[in-house]
Amino acid sequence: MSPTARVDVRKTYKLYVGGQFPRSESGHSYVVDDARGKFVANAALASRKDARDAVQAARAAFGGWSGKTAYNRSQILYRVAEVMEDRRPQFVEALRQSEGLTPTQAGKALDTSIDRLVWYAGWADKITQVTGNANPVAGPFFNISTPEPTGVVAVVAPQQSSLLGLISVVAPVVVTGNTAIVLASPERPLPAVTFSEVLATSDMPGGVVNILTGKLSNTAPTLAAHMDVNGLDLTGYAGDAEQSRLLEEAAADNLKRVLRAPDTEPDWSLDPGLERMTTFLETKTVWHPIGV
Amino acid sequence: MAAKKTSTAFEYAPAPESRAIVDIKPSYGLFVNGEFVDGHGKSFKTISPSTEEVLAEIAEADEADVDNAVKAARRAYTRVWGRMPGSERAKYLFRIARIIQERGRELAVLESIDNGKPIKETRDVDIPIVAAHFFYYAGWADKLEYSGYGSTPLGVAGQVIPWNFPLLMLAWKIAPALACGNTVVLKPAETTPLTALLFAEICQQADLPPGVVNIITGAGATGQALVGHPDVDKVAFTGSTAVGKAIAKAVAGSHKKVTLELGGKAANIVFDDAPLDQAVEGIVNGIFFNQGHVCCAGSRLLVQESVADDVLARLKRRMATLRVGDPLDKNTDIGAINSAEQLAKIRELSDIGEAEGAGRWSPPCELPKHGFWFPPTVFTNVTQAHRIAREEIFGPVLSVLTFRTPAEAVEKANNTPYGLSAGVWTDKGSRILHMANKLRAGVVWANTFNKFDPTSPFGGYKESGYGREGGRHGLAAYLKGGVEQ
Repeated sequence: MSPTARVDVRKTYKLYVGGQFPRSESGHSYVVDDARGKFVANAALASRKDARDAVQAARAAFGGWSGKTAYNRSQILYRVAEVMEDRRPQFVEALRQSEGLTPTQAGKALDTSIDRLVWYAGWADKITQVTGNANPVAGPFFNISTPEPTGVVAVVAPQQSSLLGLISVVAPVVVTGNTAIVLASPERPLPAVTFSEVLATSDMPGGVVNILTGKLSNTAPTLAAHMDVNGLDLTGYAGDAEQSRLLEEAAADNLKRVLRAPDTEPDWSLDPGLERMTTFLETKTVWHPIGV
Repeated sequence: MAAKKTSTAFEYAPAPESRAIVDIKPSYGLFVNGEFVDGHGKSFKTISPSTEEVLAEIAEADEADVDNAVKAARRAYTRVWGRMPGSERAKYLFRIARIIQERGRELAVLESIDNGKPIKETRDVDIPIVAAHFFYYAGWADKLEYSGYGSTPLGVAGQVIPWNFPLLMLAWKIAPALACGNTVVLKPAETTPLTALLFAEICQQADLPPGVVNIITGAGATGQALVGHPDVDKVAFTGSTAVGKAIAKAVAGSHKKVTLELGGKAANIVFDDAPLDQAVEGIVNGIFFNQGHVCCAGSRLLVQESVADDVLARLKRRMATLRVGDPLDKNTDIGAINSAEQLAKIRELSDIGEAEGAGRWSPPCELPKHGFWFPPTVFTNVTQAHRIAREEIFGPVLSVLTFRTPAEAVEKANNTPYGLSAGVWTDKGSRILHMANKLRAGVVWANTFNKFDPTSPFGGYKESGYGREGGRHGLAAYLKGGVEQ
């Protein structure tokens, strides 16, 4: 190497909690290699305390986020897609590193990820019309059922698909007004960290999406048992029936809404359907008498 | 000169509904595969809570009995019910609805005897809504592809229901399950099995194919065996939050789909501009309907400070007119507490309320000598920290708290792990809609309370459970394309 060549400035990969980028409060980090086993970075190793802090941030953000108009949430998600598009080279690089994709494959995965985000952005002001309805009760009453977000949702992101899979589990949770704590794929966390940098610069209020990197065994049990978490998506435990059973049991202590782990990681290129949104929605029914 | 006092008080003559219409057998078996069979287990007694008279001996289903019932349901599902066109399933459900209407008075009297609730309520609320529920879901059976949840049934549903609305809860469980093409094994509550067993007879009269509906009686162990049975595809439970959590743990890691309709501690919020006499009627209906044995009961009255004294005075005046006594008397407002066990729980929590410093008041009323009774009771000066403000009492006991601003009302109303229902009383439309948005509860009654309808989804947020029963949403619980929400 020539002594005059420029030395690149490398990034510190941190957590994303409450709109800030802290290191783990534990001071711990872990080695992340690329798909070929070459060292890439020391990512933050989130602790149980980091998970609890993330819950606090998500809870604090819930009122504001769920209280925004659906139109506004829709625009913010669309803005996230815009900023992703703007950072294509960075995501392509992250995908090549983490998933070992060719530039063409990485570009395609990125296209689908951005398009998925745009698809979900459009749902913000339509899901109420598709899942709610008026009820013709047998009496002089106005009666209507509408969906509302469940609250704070812990999401275990897929292990393999580090960007498309990540977007496909995060977008449906937050587009309806929930706030999320996302556990990134431990082996492939870097696209998630890059995604958090997009979130931080795209009008998404801090605390709506919180992203933790590290070992699932540190954070998932804490979130599954946390009494201020209302929902749990176990998609990242695909194929691990024993762990997902234990986490579902822990989630029963405050009756979290649970999306169970599938037997294998889903094919993220398929039509997503509504299940990932509706699992974390509550139906509210309001009655009022009709009279003069 | 003092005016001569003339008494204008009317006395009520007893107006008992005749028991002659019901024929209670000395003992009942289990209803499996279209027939009544003996159980392998012991038997238990069901009593009338208003007199403590033993009504009948009931078979207690053991694990083998549960297994037989599930097998019968599976057979009926694969061979008959799951394959039958929706239009044909519909006609069976319409038949059942009609027979319930035809035998409505009999069901009302039997329900009142076995449960202790007033005949006025079983006759005018429970049974008509039961029939309406079957009517409503009958019409869905051949229209499922328009529901948004597809039309593929789940298979065998294991259903466990409580004692507070025995036949109504049965209808909420069985009608949508059957309409969607599932078969069921249902366990009624230990203290109120009789109307479910009469319903089994109605299934026979309707010529419902054997095994489509199976009724197994028993206590907690029977319910556990049913919920845990590996060949059950769907679990539907209404009851306590503690049991609901145990069920959620028991099904963890399985592919069973679950609906849980659990406890509540609803806030009934009265603003100073509310029509106060109507609000008082709503408060009374909210907490004293069905002896307060209602998961969505308005058990916490949140009243705006400026009208608190006025509301309380009117409430006490109204409570003094409530008639407590013989459930079969047509003038009775409040019947018997369902069991000695429940009465003990209500007494315990009420005593704790007093010990923790809340003011206890009941109107003077004479309670019958036999049976289980508790007078309508109100606690004043209750704070958020009091156990009677936090725990579900499931009896005719109201806790009164006050608030100053709408934000404080929202904060207090939502400060509970439950989220089943809430009430709002105000004349201001924009405030109603604001409160309805802010309250974290599955049902919000504005300027009304405790209204139920087959077309209207019912179910909770948070620890009040998940899934909805009733309405289009209620179909989601029994179809493959439906997600509980």
